[in-house]
This record gives sequence, structure tokens and C-alpha cells, in this order.
Amino acid sequence: MFEILLYIALFLITVAMFGLIYRVIKGPTTPDRVVALDALGITLVAVIAILSIILRTNAFLDIILLIGILAFIGTVAFSKYLEKGEVIENDSNL
Amino acid sequence: MTAIYEIIVMLFILSGTFLTLAATFGVIRLPDIYTRNHAASKATTLGAMLILLGAMFYFLFFEDHFNSRLVLAILFIFMTAPVSGHLIGRAAYNSGVKLWNKSVADELARDRKKMKQGKSI
Repeated sequence: MFEILLYIALFLITVAMFGLIYRVIKGPTTPDRVVALDALGITLVAVIAILSIILRTNAFLDIILLIGILAFIGTVAFSKYLEKGEVIENDSNL
Repeated sequence: MTAIYEIIVMLFILSGTFLTLAATFGVIRLPDIYTRNHAASKATTLGAMLILLGAMFYFLFFEDHFNSRLVLAILFIFMTAPVSGHLIGRAAYNSGVKLWNKSVADELARDRKKMKQGKSI
């Protein structure tokens, strides 16, 4: 029963990821796609947590933290690019 | 006793799954970028936090292994996901993405106009 419910939860999260991929493909503006990609990163974290419960191993739990940090850095870089036109600014006062 | 532990873990994981699905329906169905950002950044954050909490309880109950990296991941997601939602909403507003055509108030544009007039006087 426990295993079956875990597989059902994994399936439902995969359906949710397909919905977010629909928004990445269709989304009319660029910020729409960035929002959907950020949500995809956080959903991937949930998928890895459920998969490590199914496989009964704790070897994948570093990857959860890693994907969280990478999704945050990617979203910050993309929003800075959209707002100012460059990610790392040159210091013109030097 | 094992059944009670399984029910606790399953409760966290299924509620997190429900919240993730709700976030996806919000992202698909809502009309403009700001409401989609509202749905995605809140519901996905709480859903992922609940699923990670369920995984932490699983490893604590069934394998006697307290995993501090999961606690760190929960705290990190709780701190950074709203910040990234705020940043992308702000970038969308400043790069000129229109609001939904039925929305009734744009207070940021009103305040910016008022500030510009105040500076010129």
C-alpha cells in the first residue's frame, strides 16, 4: 500500500511537470517561461525526494540541495538580464 | 506502530503532491504573468517543503537516520523561492509586460507617476 501510494504521488508530480512544460513551450512572454522553469526546478526536487524513498537510499539527498541552489541562481541571473540587459555589470568608475 | 508512521509520511507526501498539482493548474489556467507567478511561487514552495518533510520523517522513522541536509534544503527553499518569485515579477513589470486587461488597479504605475510629478515640482 505504501509503495503504491508512493508511485501514485510520483505519477501525479510527473503530470504536474508536463503542465509546467506546456507553459514553458506556449508562454507568450519570456518571464512566463522563467516562472515555469523555476517551478520545474522545485518540482524536480520533490521528484528526487520521492525517488530516494522508493529506492530506500540516502545517497541522492545532496542533489536536492544542489538543485535548489542552482534553480535560485538561474532565476536570479535571468531576471537581472531581463531587467538591466546584462548579468554582471562593468564598474565604470574605476 | 509502523502503520502510524507510514500514515504520517504518506499524509505529508500526498498533501505536497496535491499542492504541486494545484500550482500547475494555476500556471496553466490563470490569465497573465503576475497571477501565474502568484500561483507558482507560493504553492510549489509549500508543496516541495511538505514532500521534503515527508522524506525526512521517512528516513528518521524507518532507517533511524536523521538527515540534516534535508532540513537545510527545506530552509533554503523556504528562504529563496519567494525571493526569486519577487525578482522575476519585478523584472516582468520593468520590462513592460502588460497586466490582464480586466485588472482594475495598477498602484505601482500610479505611484511612479506621482513621484515623477513631485520631482519636477
